Amino acid sequence: MAAPTQLELTRTANESRDPVVIFENVSVRFDGPPVLDNVSFQVAPEETRILLGPAGVGKSTLLKLANGLLRPDSGHIYLFGQEITEMSEEELLQLRIRTGMVFQEGALFDSLTVRDNVGYLLMERHVEETEVDQRVRQALRFVELEHTYDMLPASLSGGMRRRVAIARAIIDQPQMILYDSPTGGLDPVTSTTIIELIIKERDAYGTPALLVTHRLQDAFTMATHHFDPAEGKMAPLPQGQTHSMTSFLVLHDGKLIFDGGTDALVTSNDPFIKEFLA
Amino acid sequence: MPFALDKFDDIAKRMILAVQEYSLFCWQGVSNLVRTPHYWGDVMNQADLIGVGSLPIVVLTGFFTGGVLALQSAASLAQFGAQAYTGRFVSLSMIRELAPVLTGLMVSGRNASGMASELGSMVVTEQIDAMRALGTDPMKKLVTPRVLATVVMLFLLTIVSDTVGTAGGAFVAVFMSAQNGTQYFTSAYQALVYADIAQGLTKPLFFGFIIATVGCYFGMKTTGGTQGVGRATTQAVVVSSVLIIFSDFILSRAMLWIFSGF
Repeated sequence: MAAPTQLELTRTANESRDPVVIFENVSVRFDGPPVLDNVSFQVAPEETRILLGPAGVGKSTLLKLANGLLRPDSGHIYLFGQEITEMSEEELLQLRIRTGMVFQEGALFDSLTVRDNVGYLLMERHVEETEVDQRVRQALRFVELEHTYDMLPASLSGGMRRRVAIARAIIDQPQMILYDSPTGGLDPVTSTTIIELIIKERDAYGTPALLVTHRLQDAFTMATHHFDPAEGKMAPLPQGQTHSMTSFLVLHDGKLIFDGGTDALVTSNDPFIKEFLA
Repeated sequence: MPFALDKFDDIAKRMILAVQEYSLFCWQGVSNLVRTPHYWGDVMNQADLIGVGSLPIVVLTGFFTGGVLALQSAASLAQFGAQAYTGRFVSLSMIRELAPVLTGLMVSGRNASGMASELGSMVVTEQIDAMRALGTDPMKKLVTPRVLATVVMLFLLTIVSDTVGTAGGAFVAVFMSAQNGTQYFTSAYQALVYADIAQGLTKPLFFGFIIATVGCYFGMKTTGGTQGVGRATTQAVVVSSVLIIFSDFILSRAMLWIFSGF
């Protein structure tokens, strides 16, 4: 019997109904007051969770905790059913390969070409060059940047770098994607392009995701739009409908003050959320 | 506790913590030599950058240091009618002491700073985190190849410096002090014993290790954006240079003790 492909593994993992990520009473502090204080939530298979909160509230820290780039001071974090809190770095490296991460500024390796950045994971695994080429082109086609194949990151615009970072994150069909402010610092038109790509990824592959943003417009676009494969672009859901697998988390002063769907968020009576949404 | 003592206590704790972190960092960098995966391509790339890239400054430094040694010693030795010993003086000074130390300091200025700034920039732009997120251990991919390449290349660069330093001394002795070339080289060759060569070629192994580990350590521990990268670069050069001079003293003492029977 042939070995399962990565896509089949992704589907198998997503078909299991166990949460992909679980945070249990997670606290972390650096110097000063706690950055995250007793935070608990879950990400279900095929679910996209949008993490909202003002700048500096610990959103990126939470994202880095989710795949073990940082370790909590207390609490437990489970990724794909395995507790990662006490895992060695060696074990974590193996587990992280199953996730894709898009960093705030892209974090592309500036000495490598776009091709080598996107194909980095495959090259590390010594996949044949022709297959690397083919899969890099496929990933770049997904983000509509095939023409940047031989370019260096320095010659790309901010928006293009984020799109290349998305291509790098999805090239191996990860079982979970972490987006750290993928539209931060971009103009509205470019931001919409990035959000459209994220929606396309969500609806085409059903990959569970944790997305950090402080831009409400991006968050609500995610909740109220879907990708229309016939048109090849995102389209609004019918009036009054929201995407069932997209929900929100809101962080404030290190605490998770909201965990729920779009409707519950917009009707929340929490004074901070009211002010944040205003 | 009085304020001054409190501050001293804090500084002492931070220094001990830094030494502990540096020791663990070195251990991790070295122990990766026997752990897979190995990044031989990166080792060769770094060897080219560090070794071939440093060749011009090492050749220039070695040649002129040998030259100035010959210039100074010839004048002093002439007062005692011992000008014929110029070659001996230059070769012993270069091979035992000056070539390893000066090559170490030159490579430190060029490469410890380069490593700290390159890795520091990667830290502040989250490229190191991205590497970890892609399942690659940055210690294996970035640090171990630099340590191995620096140790090997500094050893070879020191041999080059020994050679051009002796040649620089010969140039001055023959063309400026009107000495006999054969006499210079015979004196230089006859003065050398196994212990001198062993001493001169053991030091660069330690200096190379210091340059690479200090450069990489400060680079990987960079915090505070571009300002932090600048700070890490300066610290890497200062600390590695001071450690080279300090370890030179310790190594010289140890070598003299070890080879005292020769």
